[in-house]
Amino acid sequence: MTTAETYVTAAYCAVFAIVLVYVVIIALKLTRLAREVDELARRVEGEPAGEREKAVVG
Amino acid sequence: MTPQGAQLRAVGRSYRIPLPALSAAALGLVTLALALVFFVAPNDADQGFSQRIFYFHVSIAFTAYACFIVGAWKAFVHLWKRDPLADLESYVAIHQGLIFGSLVLITGSIWAKISWGHWWLWSEDQLVLFLVLFLFYAAYFMLRFSVDPGPQRANLSAVYALFGVVLIPVSFLAIRIAKGFIHPVVFTRHGPNFGGWILVAYCVSQVALLVLAYTLYRVELAGKRLDERLRRLREVLA
Repeated sequence: MTTAETYVTAAYCAVFAIVLVYVVIIALKLTRLAREVDELARRVEGEPAGEREKAVVG
Repeated sequence: MTPQGAQLRAVGRSYRIPLPALSAAALGLVTLALALVFFVAPNDADQGFSQRIFYFHVSIAFTAYACFIVGAWKAFVHLWKRDPLADLESYVAIHQGLIFGSLVLITGSIWAKISWGHWWLWSEDQLVLFLVLFLFYAAYFMLRFSVDPGPQRANLSAVYALFGVVLIPVSFLAIRIAKGFIHPVVFTRHGPNFGGWILVAYCVSQVALLVLAYTLYRVELAGKRLDERLRRLREVLA
């Protein structure tokens, strides 16, 4: 591999490494959000229906 | 509908292209772009193999500019219509712009090392102006997170984002108005400085990176919207 080929490979690898790190961070965040939704759902299911106000979501 | 219900609905918006289709398109286009860059486009007569960095470097730079412009446009929409989602969209677009901006600086530095023998040249106006633009938008996050969430933060962020967009034409035109420069000019008044497969590979790379940026924007925005809805839902249930 020539020096130019090494540097070009490094440049493309850097691009994909950064995009990959970004995707991993977003995936971790979505996992945390899914956990929070579960937590909230458990709280709602635990409460008697008459005690809470109906809220429209979506 | 209850006021809380109205608040919960306020952060939602539907899009014409579903996210899985967009992700598949981004993956396909990036793969096609890489195939064209490495297997089809010929070596540049002047720069040789190292010129292959340009396909993604220039495309990423234009994508970063596009993200900052979208961020400014959404900031303007927020100030005009007081749309809470526009503030979130502006923030996410600027975040994308900063990620792509860091990629421009990294790939540019690698290319500079091969061609000029230096990782960075402070004498190059375009490099310095792009760094100024990058740092300006990096400071956007410092400003945004130094203010408590609410209308004041949204308004301050929007005004800052609108000021930043002025730097984009300055950064883009710097190379064209400079008297002495060594940074290559890709686009002149007479069109692109290349043709044939090089132009095809560049165009596909540009489209691929714009679609990739839009996909990442939508993914991040979906996460932010979900986060916001959860926060409001928690407030309603408290």
